[in-house]
Amino acid sequence: MSEAVFYEDVELGCEIPGLVKYPTTMQLVKFAGASGDYYQIHYDKDFAQANGLKGVIMHGWLALSFLGQMITDWIGEKGTLVKLSGSYRGMNPVHEDIICNGRVTRKYVEDGRNCVRVEIWAENPQGDKTVTGSAVVALPSRSNQ
Amino acid sequence: MTDEPVISEELESLLNVEFGPEVYEIEKGMVRKFAEAIDDPNPLWREVAPPTFPAALVPTELLHRLLSASCPLKRYLNGANELEYAQPIKVGDVISVTARLTRLRKMEGKEGVTLFMIMEMTYTNQGGEVAAKGRNTYIRY
Repeated sequence: MSEAVFYEDVELGCEIPGLVKYPTTMQLVKFAGASGDYYQIHYDKDFAQANGLKGVIMHGWLALSFLGQMITDWIGEKGTLVKLSGSYRGMNPVHEDIICNGRVTRKYVEDGRNCVRVEIWAENPQGDKTVTGSAVVALPSRSNQ
Repeated sequence: MTDEPVISEELESLLNVEFGPEVYEIEKGMVRKFAEAIDDPNPLWREVAPPTFPAALVPTELLHRLLSASCPLKRYLNGANELEYAQPIKVGDVISVTARLTRLRKMEGKEGVTLFMIMEMTYTNQGGEVAAKGRNTYIRY
């Protein structure tokens, strides 16, 4: 876990620490069980190919979970996740890296909270953005220490 | 392709109808399994659900009706997910999920006709507080 991140220390345009994951078919099976999403494109290669896919693809929710982990690892226990969203723009296959990144796009105070908006995305090893989205977090302030 | 409409009466009849509540008891093992499945070792997730945990709190009735409604587009994908958090979902909570289909949008893309189906969910805890709200976009193509 990282050290606490304070609102004052976050600069517009700065990138937050990234996260690289390497999903496997086994992970997709585990996620199917944990989420109840048993759509076969996520673990049955024959079914996926019959649906015009090259092979099994990740659940969008799993890719968003990786982006969520990147955010909660960054903000630590003192920060609060307010919003998280992702649009799935490309297929993420298994057995290759999925690279999660984020960049601060806005800082504002709302309802007494110090909010930071982060543009987030996931890329494949070729650099194609397969997920794009955003997160809003509320961060502690140094002045309240 | 047949003349079967992409947006059938059956699908259209689901618009703005509230489904649920479906009630989920948030068990410790369920949250642990979810955290393991997403491979997130954060110790917070022993007591609090990770951010995407609402993925497991499925409004099954509406989703089933959406995906089984007759439609010439047979394949589907998850297009987008959005969550807004008001209260953490914790082990021991009882979460009631209500859902409604809020939008059906037909698009002509380079891969042919695509149907976007947007569904909004509210996750309410045992104290009657809204814990989270969500919006899912499903794509039929």
